[in-house]
Amino acid sequence: MNLALSDEQEFLREAARGALSRFKTLEAAREALDGDDAALPDLWPMAREAGWPGLLIDEAHGGAGLDAFDAMLVLGECGRVLAGIPLLGHLPATAILGDAPAASELLEPLATGERRAAYLPASPPSDLQERWTVDPASGSQRAPAATLTGAGEQARVSGELAWVPDAPGADLLVGVALLDGSPTGFAVEADATGVTIEETRRYDATRSLGHVSLKDAPARLLDGPEASLTAAWHMAQALLAAESIGSVETALEVSVAYAKERHTFGRAIGSYQAVKHSLTEVLRQLENGRSLLYYAGWARNGSPGEFPLAASCARAVAGRALDNAARTMISVHGGIGATWEHDAPLYFRRAQLSRRLLGGIGGATDRVAEQLLAQADAA
Amino acid sequence: MDLDDTPEQAAYRAEARGWLEEHKSEAPVLSGPGALEDEDEIIAARRAWQGKLAEGGLAGVTWPKEYGGQGRGPIEQVICNQEIARAKVPGILDAIGVGMLGPTIIAHGSDEQKARYLGPMLHGDEVWCQMFSEPAAGSDLAAVQTRARLQDDGSWRLTGQKVWTTNAQFASYGLLLARTDADVPKHKGLTMFIVPMDGEGVTVRGLRQISGEAEFNEVFFDDVALDENAVVGGVGNGWGTALTTLMYERVTIGLGGEGMGYNSTRFALALARDAHARRDPEVRHQLGEIASELIAVRFTGYRTLTALQRGQIPGPEAGLAKVTIVNGAVRAGDLIADVIGPEALSEDSEWAYMISFLPGLKSAGGTEEILRNTIGERVLGLPPEPRLDKGIPFSELRSKEGAPA
Repeated sequence: MNLALSDEQEFLREAARGALSRFKTLEAAREALDGDDAALPDLWPMAREAGWPGLLIDEAHGGAGLDAFDAMLVLGECGRVLAGIPLLGHLPATAILGDAPAASELLEPLATGERRAAYLPASPPSDLQERWTVDPASGSQRAPAATLTGAGEQARVSGELAWVPDAPGADLLVGVALLDGSPTGFAVEADATGVTIEETRRYDATRSLGHVSLKDAPARLLDGPEASLTAAWHMAQALLAAESIGSVETALEVSVAYAKERHTFGRAIGSYQAVKHSLTEVLRQLENGRSLLYYAGWARNGSPGEFPLAASCARAVAGRALDNAARTMISVHGGIGATWEHDAPLYFRRAQLSRRLLGGIGGATDRVAEQLLAQADAA
Repeated sequence: MDLDDTPEQAAYRAEARGWLEEHKSEAPVLSGPGALEDEDEIIAARRAWQGKLAEGGLAGVTWPKEYGGQGRGPIEQVICNQEIARAKVPGILDAIGVGMLGPTIIAHGSDEQKARYLGPMLHGDEVWCQMFSEPAAGSDLAAVQTRARLQDDGSWRLTGQKVWTTNAQFASYGLLLARTDADVPKHKGLTMFIVPMDGEGVTVRGLRQISGEAEFNEVFFDDVALDENAVVGGVGNGWGTALTTLMYERVTIGLGGEGMGYNSTRFALALARDAHARRDPEVRHQLGEIASELIAVRFTGYRTLTALQRGQIPGPEAGLAKVTIVNGAVRAGDLIADVIGPEALSEDSEWAYMISFLPGLKSAGGTEEILRNTIGERVLGLPPEPRLDKGIPFSELRSKEGAPA
């Protein structure tokens, strides 16, 4: 039994924290909300220097050959300071490509970060949803996944994908489309004919999003197994969960510090049960979320059949945790917590947007039920 | 990162599994066909089975060898529990004695006490109960009023009442926290005693709960005589001794969550049987929310095990797992009963029993409110609620509270 960070993982985390601390990410996030996009620091060079773009790519192709859990540690550190680094889009894309031997020459520039990829999220079927689906631009009805036609040089992909993390500015788009009804991995150059990426940054200035439109765009078919396409969706869930838990950590630390120093009626507000209990609720959700990150990190390699359940649990719990942590952060600080003067609204904005991405925490929660009901049927 | 046994742990698991394979036919049958029904017979059979487990080295796993234990670590205890569950046989009857009270005696008891009590406790020959809580002292345990008065000959006389006492109806001994000096602040005037349950003046009365069953007891003490050797850990040191017991209680709770049967697999099975409910988005959403938290607690348990393996002792944060489990099970009970309908509340329904049991469990081992206070203060470092009982002699405190002293 060993469910703790290794020395290397501790080092990776500390190094990430150190590297990120050189940037004023929160100030930039606030200024960017006022429309000053130039305020946002370009963190990609730092990420490249740290080797993060190649975290999941094997060493033979210039990467670090690390695991999903290591990537989750880095995302957690990004979440702590709301750093906008396009890893949520890049890393699952590299995971899909890494499982497709015939496309291996695409990996090296992605490993060094010379080129950037974005994953086009598509949700695998479930017991209630027979098809692969993608997030719609609006509404609760999920949209059909992209479709592929032709073969070899003639392969073309068409589809509409909304709210794709880190799509703007990406060089390569990697996703799942149906070829004669069967899910197939594909890669398409972002500047290819028929590809349009509309930047759709909303509410949280640090979160890069785009609507991707593919109209008969020339696609490269990937020879990886279907399992790797399914795993990519759950990998994205786990990474977003890790990032959210990082944000919860900061929200709790800042709230606790304030509850110790702020006095009312002659005593620190943290001594009141009403405040104390709401903060322990954040801690409870944080600890649950952390445990599920371990579950997801372990299951990815240790028990791949459980990875969908583990990643969905992590996403669902982390999303709810961040929601509550951000609201608690505001209420513990009182009125000031709801103003531009404070960082709390930045975490609140992060929480509000994050919970609605990648199928939403509702989708992840339903996936948990689906997986458990399937396990029950098998028992 | 792995969930695997080390070679030593795997060897221990194989040993435990082998013993159980060989002896499980001797275990009492408590459910299904051929199950024992008479309460006295069940207790007798479970005591005998505990004795066999002890002989096989499957009880008192973490106890030092000199007291009949195996001298192993908490991981081996967990492995032992897992193997017992896997073999589908009952575990030891006296989990409170062997898990919490024995270790307290080992830590604080005299050599004579260890020699006299530990062996029969481990083998189930003498069952123990824990007599800490009182009607007016639960979360605020140091407020106990059961009074032990020192006699001229060095013996003691005990008067008062304890409550929530599991197993008292068949226990031979109890470990009891009593006030021995009311003129000092409340944490200071306490002493721990060993009380024979068949002593003159000891009365045990079953306390029925929502389910109608009596799993707990009230115990009354009417001028019960205790000799001077009944003191554990020294006169006036009762609070420190009690903290040892409570620490072992936390370890037990921290490692035992799954053992309570409140797990996602069981709840999902109940809902999977209903073809309509399993496609109902609201039911699925509820199940997903409940299950994800219960699964989290399972992995929190593994994190705790990792820490124990590294020689760390679980802190009060283990209490958060209890909050999650109880509240998750409450929601699950409601969800499943809503799906099944009134039939879920019939006499022999497992859900009726669970639904009835949980409101009480919410307060057991510390109410949710006191757990959140402790965790807020000890883990998050938040300032304590101002207290009105600090440094005040207990006798004055009682009159201040307007209660009879």
